[in-house]
Amino acid sequence: MPVRFLAILCLWTLPVVPCFAEAPIDFGRDIQPLLAERCLACHGVDNDEGGLRLHRRAEALKELESGAMAIVVGDPSASEILARVSSSDEDLRMPPEGDPLTEEEIALLTRWISEGARFDQHWAYRPLNPQPENVEAWDAALRDDWSRTPIDAFVLSRLHQEGIAPSASAARPVLIKRLYYDLLGLPPAPEAVTAFVEDSSPDAYERIVDRLLASPHFAERWGRHWLDMARYADSDGYEKDRNRPQAWRYRDWVLKAINEDLPFDEFTVAQLAGDLLEESTSEEKLATAFHRQTLTNTEGGTNPEQWRVAAVMDRTETLGTVWLGLTVGCARCHSHKYDELSHAEYYQLFAFFNNADEINSEVPKTPYEIRSLQRERDRYEAELKVVQTSLKEREGEFPADVAAWEASLKDEDREKLDEPIRAALDVAVAERNDEQKKQLNEAYQKATEPLQAARKAVSEVEKKKPASDLVKVRVVGERAIDRRQTHILRRGEFLEPLESVNPESLAILPSIPSASTEPTRLELAKWLVSDENPLTSRVIVNHLWQYLFGQGIVATPNDFGVRGDRPTHPRLLDYLANRYRQLDWSRKAMIRETVLSQTYRQSSVHRPEMAQIDPLNRWLSRQNRFRVEAETLRDVSLSIGGLLDQGMGGPSVFPPMPSEVAAVSYANSFKWATSKGGDRYRRGLYTFFKRTAPHPTLMTFDCPDANVTNVQRNRSNTPLGALTMLNNIVFAEAAAGFAQRILASEGSDEERLANAIKICLARSAEQAELESLLELLAESRAFYQANPEAAEQWLTASGNDNPIELAAWASTLRVLLNLDEFMTRE
Amino acid sequence: MNPYEQIQRTRREFFNTSASGLGGVALSSMLAQNGLLESADAAENAEQQGPMQVQPPNTAPRAKSCIFFFMAGAPSQVDLFDPKPVLNERNGQSLPKGVLDRARFAFIQPDSATLLGTKRKFSKYGESGMEFSDLLPHLSGCADDLLMIRSMTSEEFNHHPGQLLMQCGVSRFGMPTMGSWITYGLGSESENLPGYVVLSSGRGSSGGATLYQSGFLPTSYSGVLFRNSGEPVLNLTTPAGVPPELQSRALGTLRDLNQRRFQEVHDPEIASRIASYELAGRMQSAAPDLIDLNQETQATLDDYGIGRSDPDTSARGSSGNKDTYDSFARNCLLARRMVERGVRFINVIHASWDHHSNLDNEIKFNAGMADKPMAALIRDLKQRGLLDDTLVVWGTEFGRTPLGENRGGRSANTGRDHHPFAFSMFMAGGGFKQGMTYGATDDIGWDVVENPVHVNDFHATLLHAFGLDHKKLTYRFQGRDFRLTDVAGKVITDWLA
Repeated sequence: MPVRFLAILCLWTLPVVPCFAEAPIDFGRDIQPLLAERCLACHGVDNDEGGLRLHRRAEALKELESGAMAIVVGDPSASEILARVSSSDEDLRMPPEGDPLTEEEIALLTRWISEGARFDQHWAYRPLNPQPENVEAWDAALRDDWSRTPIDAFVLSRLHQEGIAPSASAARPVLIKRLYYDLLGLPPAPEAVTAFVEDSSPDAYERIVDRLLASPHFAERWGRHWLDMARYADSDGYEKDRNRPQAWRYRDWVLKAINEDLPFDEFTVAQLAGDLLEESTSEEKLATAFHRQTLTNTEGGTNPEQWRVAAVMDRTETLGTVWLGLTVGCARCHSHKYDELSHAEYYQLFAFFNNADEINSEVPKTPYEIRSLQRERDRYEAELKVVQTSLKEREGEFPADVAAWEASLKDEDREKLDEPIRAALDVAVAERNDEQKKQLNEAYQKATEPLQAARKAVSEVEKKKPASDLVKVRVVGERAIDRRQTHILRRGEFLEPLESVNPESLAILPSIPSASTEPTRLELAKWLVSDENPLTSRVIVNHLWQYLFGQGIVATPNDFGVRGDRPTHPRLLDYLANRYRQLDWSRKAMIRETVLSQTYRQSSVHRPEMAQIDPLNRWLSRQNRFRVEAETLRDVSLSIGGLLDQGMGGPSVFPPMPSEVAAVSYANSFKWATSKGGDRYRRGLYTFFKRTAPHPTLMTFDCPDANVTNVQRNRSNTPLGALTMLNNIVFAEAAAGFAQRILASEGSDEERLANAIKICLARSAEQAELESLLELLAESRAFYQANPEAAEQWLTASGNDNPIELAAWASTLRVLLNLDEFMTRE
Repeated sequence: MNPYEQIQRTRREFFNTSASGLGGVALSSMLAQNGLLESADAAENAEQQGPMQVQPPNTAPRAKSCIFFFMAGAPSQVDLFDPKPVLNERNGQSLPKGVLDRARFAFIQPDSATLLGTKRKFSKYGESGMEFSDLLPHLSGCADDLLMIRSMTSEEFNHHPGQLLMQCGVSRFGMPTMGSWITYGLGSESENLPGYVVLSSGRGSSGGATLYQSGFLPTSYSGVLFRNSGEPVLNLTTPAGVPPELQSRALGTLRDLNQRRFQEVHDPEIASRIASYELAGRMQSAAPDLIDLNQETQATLDDYGIGRSDPDTSARGSSGNKDTYDSFARNCLLARRMVERGVRFINVIHASWDHHSNLDNEIKFNAGMADKPMAALIRDLKQRGLLDDTLVVWGTEFGRTPLGENRGGRSANTGRDHHPFAFSMFMAGGGFKQGMTYGATDDIGWDVVENPVHVNDFHATLLHAFGLDHKKLTYRFQGRDFRLTDVAGKVITDWLA
C-alpha cells in the first residue's frame, strides 16, 4: 500500500525519457509549446530581436538582420535557429536564459524543419472535427460490452491505444451518491439508496438521473458553478465595499434559467446583450447584470473614469476567460507574448463593452414578494375603503372649505364666534389680510373637527400604500448618446489613449457578421454561440466535463491558448462541442448524456498499476475522487443533521460568523447580523458575499473571492479546513441534529450506527467500522455519564430528554461528518 | 504538454491539495507514524510534499521571517520621517506651477491649495544621525538599527488599489500577497502554526481580506487571521461540551476509519487528509500556548506597553477602535513569539492613518500607539539574537501631500491628501544596512530626487533578503508566469549589509 502511494510522490524525481516515436511532427504538440515556452518572449508578436519572429510562418521564414535565415525549409543545416540553439558558445546560444534546449528538443526542431517547418493552426481555433481519429478502433470500442454511449467509444479506444483497461462500474451506492452530489449537491435519502440498490430494472439509473435533473435543487448546484464565472457577490468590492441589496435578483435569474434549461446560446445572449434584444423583456435586462458584477470604487477622491475603464477591462477579460478560454488580459498592456493576440485586438474586444453603461432597470419582484405585496395591498384597500367611507359621510355633514363654511353660517352661529373672528368675517373676502385668513381657517378647522379627523385618517392610511411590484436593479444598458470612441490605451493606462479602434473579432477567430457598419454587443454574443465559432462550444463543454470528472478534457479551462494544456481527448472534446449544439444547447441534455456514459459510471478506486502509467488519470481509466466544494460541504452536513432549510432564492442570508471577520472590512462599517430561524440554515450559495470580508468557511474551502471570474476552483486540504469541519458551530450543530435524528429511530447501538452510516455515506456499514464506532460511542457515553454538565453544553441538548445520550451520539457521529469519504463525492 | 511540464504539474497539483499550512517534515513523520510510510526513503520523499515544506532559496538568505507592519491609510512622511524645513518656510504659499500641472489629487482643489508646514520638531538620533520627528521618541532610539527609505514611490493614489499594489506588487484583484509568495517560495519552519499570519489592530482597512489572500496561489498560502479576542484562530476550540480529551479520542477513530478507506481506494489525498487532521489537532494546543502572554516577564510586558490604555481618546479620530494601544502592543509581542516558533510572515495591519483633517491630533495618537511597542520589538529581537534573520518593516501604500488639504467647505487646512509620488518606509534587521537613510525628496517633499524606489523594487529586494530571486519566483496561471514584481523591480544592493 505505501508503495502505491509513493509512486506518485516519486514521480518527479525519476529521469524523464521522452518517448517520441517516429510519427510525423505535430506542430501543435511538438513544436509550438517549445516555441511558446522558450522563444516567443523575445521573438514573438511584439518583439523581433535580431529580426526574428516565430509566431507565424511567413515571419519565421524571413531573412534575419544578420542576413542569415533562421529557418530554411527542408534544410536544417542551413537554418540559423538550429545553429544557435545547439551552439556551445554561451554568448551565442539561444535561449540566452535558462537551461539550453535538450537534445530531444533540438532533434524535434531539426525534424520539423526537414519535414517542411509547417505552422499548423492552433488546435483550439480550428473548426470542430467530431470524427474519431481512427474510425475502426472507435467502432470496435463502441461495440465493446463496456461501452454505453459514443463518449465511451472515444475514451475506450484511447485506453486501448495505451493498452489500459477501463475500470468497472462503481457500486450502486457510490453511483447514487455521486449523482446526488454532482447534480444536486445534496445527499440521497437512505430510502432512495435502498430503492436504487434493489431496483433491477434496466433503466433504474436513468430514472434517477431524470428525477435529479428535474429537481429545482439542480439549479442551486449548477447555478453556483456559473456564479463563480459571473464573479457574483453582494457588495461593491473596493474599500467601503457597499452592500448591493438587490444583487441576488441576478443570482435568482441564473437559478431560474438553469432550472428551466434555458439553452446555453440564449443564456449567453441574454447575459451579454439582453438589453439589445428586440423588445427585450425585463428578465432579459436583468440577465445583463452578469456584467454588472464588476467591482465599484466609491473611495473619496477617485476618478470615476478610471474605475469605469477598469470595469470594462474586467468585462472584456471575463468574456475572454469564460467563453473563449483565452487569457486576453495579457494584451491589456502589450501584445500577448504567446498567443496571437495583439494589443489592438484587446481594445477591439473592449470596444464592445465601452458603450455599455451601468444603469437602473425596473424588474418585477419575485412571485413570493408579489404575493405578499398583494396581501398587503388587499389589506390596504380594505382599510382605505373604511376611512374613505367615513370621510364621505363627514363631507355630507360639514362644509368642505372656509368659503363654504362662511356661507353656511347663520346669524346665531356668528354670534357664538369670538370677537376677532367676527371682525374678520366682516371684512370683504378680497380685502382680508393674512392674519385674518389664518384666524378664519383655524375657526373653520375647529368647527369641522370630525371632517378634519376623517381627512387625516385617509391621508394616514394612504401613507402606508404598499410598494410597487417593480424594483430597480443595476444592470447594463447601451449608451445612446455621447457614445465613446475606443482607443488603444498605452500600457492599459486610461489617461494614455493611442490610436482609435472599433469593435471587431480576434484575427485567430472567424469575423463577427454585422448588419451595420460595425458589429454590436448583441452580434458579438450571437457570434460566440454561432456555428462558425468553434472555440466557445469547446470551452463550454470542457466546463461541464470538469464538474463531472473533476478535471477538464483540457486541464486548463481558463487557457485554451498555446501555453495551455492540449486536450487529452481532442476528438471527444469536439464531439461533445458538436453534440451540445445538436442538443440545441440544452445543458440538462448534455449533462444527461455525460452521466449516462460508462466513463462517468466507472469506479474511482485508484489502481496501483496506473500510478506509474497515468498518475493524473488523464486517460480516464477510472473516475476521479475529489473533495466537494465549500457550499456543498455545508449543505450535505446540514442536510444529514436534518437542519437544512431548502427554501430557494430570495435575499442573501447571514449564517453564523464571528464578528471579527466582518470587522476587517473598511472602518468597521459592516455588521453581520446573523440570520434567525430557517435562514440560518439555508444552502451555502445563499450566504451573503461581502467581498472584503467573505465568510471564512467558504474561503477555507476555496470558494472564489468573486473579484475576478473563476472557472476552476482549488481543492485545498488544510488543517484550517479540518478545524472548520471539526469545530465550527454549523458543523457542530449538524452533528447534534444528526444525533437527534438517529436517536429518533428505534434499535440497538449497532443498528443505529449502521443506519447513520447509510445516511451519511449512502452505503452499508462494515463490521470493523461499526466496532470502531461502537467503542467510541461507549467511551463517549461513559464520559458524559461522568460529566453530565458537559453534555448539557451540547448546542441543541437543552429540551432533549436525555442529554447524555444525545451528547454521546453527537460526539460519535461527528466522526462520520469528518470522514474523507463523506467530504468527497465518492 | 511535455513530460517535464507534466511532472511539474503533478507536483503543483499535489501541493495544491496536500496537507498544508505546516511543515513537510512534520507531515512525513506523521505519515510514518501512521504506518502510511514505512521506509526511511519513503519519509524522505514525503518531505518533498507539503506546500509548507521548507524549500531551499535561490541564494543564501539573510532573512528567515518577516514582520510587516502595514500602516494602512498612508501616514504623513513629512510629519514623521522626512524633515522639510523649506516646507515650513513656505507654509501658506502655493505650489510651483510646473509641479502642480502634473499632479492628480483625491480631494485637493489645485488652484487654491497651499503648502502646509509641519508643527513637528525633527532631531537627529544615534550615531547615524537619522532624523525623526518628536512623535517617535522610542523608535528614534533604534535609529542605528534602522534603514530609513525616504524615496518610495507608487502610482496608485486611492487606498484600496494602492494597498493591493503594496501587498501584491500589482494593483489588481486575484493576485497573491507578499506573504503568500514568500511562503510559496520557502515554506514554513513552523510545525504547528500557519506559515503566514495576519494580526490586526483597530478598525478594518480599505483592503479588508484582500490584503492577505493568496489570489491564484492555493489557499494554503493565504494569511491566517489571528483574532484579538476569543479563540486565536477561527474554529480552534472544540465545540461546547466536547473537551480536548474526547476530541483526541474522536480524532483517533477518525484516523482509523480514514486509514481503512485509504487501504481500499489508495487515493493519496486521503493520506493528506489524515495529516491535515493530525496537524489541526496539534495546532489546537500550539496556538493557545502562543498567545499565552503570562509566560513573559513583567519587564517584557512593560517594555511593549501591554495593558496600556488609550491616552486621549478624543484624538483617536472618529474611526479608531477602543483599546487600540493595548491591542497593537500585544500584536507586537505576539509577532515576536511567532518568529520564535518559525512563522514565516506576519502581516500586522493597522488602518487609521488617512489624515485628511485633524492631522496633528490623530497622527500623534497613532504614533503614540506604534512607537513604544515597535521599538520594544526591535530591541527584544536584537537582544534575543533574532533580529539578524528577522526583517521588521514599517510599510504603507503611499504618502501624504506637502499641500494642506483644502477640500471644499473646509474652513481650515488641517490635513493632507494622498501622495503617491514620494513616501517613507523603514526596515530593521533581516541583513539590511543599519543606521542608513536612503533616497531623498526635494525641498518640500514633493518628488523623489535621489534613488527612487518603486514598490516593485522594494519587493524585489525583500525577496532577495529571503534568498529568493524575484524573477525566478513564478507561478504559472492562465498561461503566464506571474511574479510578485509583475514585469519590473530591481534589487537595491545598496541596502544589503
